Amino acid sequence: MRSFLDFEQPIAELESKIEELRHLPGAADINIADEVSKLQAKAERLLRQTYAKLTPWQKVLVARHPDRPHLTDYLAGLITDFTPLAGDRTFAEDRAIIGGLGRFRDTPVMVLGQEKGADTESRVRHNFGMAKPEGYRKARRLMELADRFGLPILTMVDTAGAYPGIGAEERGQAEAIARAIEAGLAVGVPFVSVIIGEGGSGGAIALATANRVLMLEHAVYSVISPEGCASILWRSGEHAQQAAEALKLTAQDLLRLGVADTIIPEPLGGAHRDHAATVATVGDAIASAFSSLAGMDGATLRLQRREKFLAIGQNGA
Amino acid sequence: MNWLTNFVPPKIRALVRKADVPDNLWHKCPACGQMLFHRELEANLHVCHHCGHHLRIGARRRFAMLFDDATYHEIELPKTAADPLKFRDVKRYSDRLREAQGRHQADDAIKVAHGRLGGASAVVACFEFDFMGGSMGVAVGEALVAAARLAVLQQAPLVVVPASGGARMQEGILSLMQMARTTIAIEEVRAAGLPYLVVLADPTTGGVTASFAMLGDITVAEPGAVIGFAGARVIEETIREKLPEGFQRAEYLLEHGMVDMVVPRRELRQTLIRILDLLHRRQPPAEVLPPQPVLVGKEPAMPALPAAEDHPPER
Ligand SMILES: [Zn+2]
Repeated sequence: MRSFLDFEQPIAELESKIEELRHLPGAADINIADEVSKLQAKAERLLRQTYAKLTPWQKVLVARHPDRPHLTDYLAGLITDFTPLAGDRTFAEDRAIIGGLGRFRDTPVMVLGQEKGADTESRVRHNFGMAKPEGYRKARRLMELADRFGLPILTMVDTAGAYPGIGAEERGQAEAIARAIEAGLAVGVPFVSVIIGEGGSGGAIALATANRVLMLEHAVYSVISPEGCASILWRSGEHAQQAAEALKLTAQDLLRLGVADTIIPEPLGGAHRDHAATVATVGDAIASAFSSLAGMDGATLRLQRREKFLAIGQNGA
Repeated sequence: MNWLTNFVPPKIRALVRKADVPDNLWHKCPACGQMLFHRELEANLHVCHHCGHHLRIGARRRFAMLFDDATYHEIELPKTAADPLKFRDVKRYSDRLREAQGRHQADDAIKVAHGRLGGASAVVACFEFDFMGGSMGVAVGEALVAAARLAVLQQAPLVVVPASGGARMQEGILSLMQMARTTIAIEEVRAAGLPYLVVLADPTTGGVTASFAMLGDITVAEPGAVIGFAGARVIEETIREKLPEGFQRAEYLLEHGMVDMVVPRRELRQTLIRILDLLHRRQPPAEVLPPQPVLVGKEPAMPALPAAEDHPPER
């Protein structure tokens, strides 16, 4: 059963009508078949129209769609010989961040990112993709390991944010994020990051100080959730839609602001409608991002990364 | 102003009544509620003499407390785009910003100065919490980049005193990017072999804590300062539990290994000077030098320590 977002209801209705007709006795009847193809064309038109002009808030909902492909889907589709590595060597293994060695199109890489989980059990296991300090410390450890062995780094960002909890604060959530940012900026290997869903604040940038930052078409990346922003600035979470607009958090906005380097198109109706096609397109985009970095030595890669981030927000000053 | 009649001796009451007296002669301690006379408060470095609470102070007061002879040079900060996102909530951000700029006679929530600290040059960057909660947007990030580069240029240590609620929401993703940009800035200081010290003041939270503020070579916190990543309210709402006593306070962070020391404001300047002297392998100022040992025999018992200038600390 596909889950539909509120604004997709007209599409949902058409699709369920199509299903009904298809299962009617005598569905092969020429008139019914004709009606089905008419409805299908209409549904597709509606889908195209809806997704061509998603509001920022609708994009937030698409980015958080429960059926959206997650890190695990990309690992399965893009990485061979995946060898997960666990633990921060200090306190614990944090399954909100999954990472390890593997091959991307035959090249050994270090790959890591947040995993939100796909059902109740896995969501709990991965803490809904909200990492604790040990998750960021593991990320730092893996990035530094990659750096030592000259392995390119690939990160996939998908998190509502770092986990806000007592233990997380006690163990230095802020410090862990800061060190992950520092490590990402310091590595002398090619570093590509893809915002695949939700890029939530400090918990996201901790894995995204990359040479190339790619964003899926309907992914979002923001300093604060629209709900959080609305409750502070509008003093009511009900203004989340307005906050989403004001925050300029869509991939299209971020490309214009120089934060994202590339937008990866999603299948019609969003990544959740076609996992295989999404994973394949993302794979191609990653490959071309890495090939654009080929031939740069460690110092050049570090410099390119620094200059890229230092340049952000500087035009129009 | 009925506390005046209740608590203040008649003589002072008469003084306060004078028409030309500014109405901020008295401050209420936010911790114990006692009234503090401004002159006394000033003399006590804005620490409550009843309960020891460290009141928030602005950048210039901080500079005056830290630099030798309260003498320093403030640098002009780089101009950045105001309101890059044309952000509007119930109010335009450009209006909020202009209002804050007018009220505080400042461009943004940070000031950078250089001067002498224990006789040697130092660059200090201080946040202004009163300016939009000390929030970090492009201007603050850019100021920290400028401070770091000034430190490298002067071959001087960088001291940063954050006091900030975190990222400036109204600059959206550009404020988030300052976490990376400020990290790059302090890395430049580090690459030059210069010390980078952080003095965490009340409060330091959010994206400011999760970037340059937690990357100091040595991290000092002011007593009672709230320091953390997530806000206490957000945590309570998430875990539906009461937070432990003293949670996210400087002393709590010390206990959990997140800062090197908690230093009362009165000792802050001397502590920073001592740390910098030690890191630079400098002799302490002459008046506090221990008596020289009288050497017996032809040769000194120990080889002379190399001067700091000839041997910058190794990375
Ligand atoms: Zn008090």
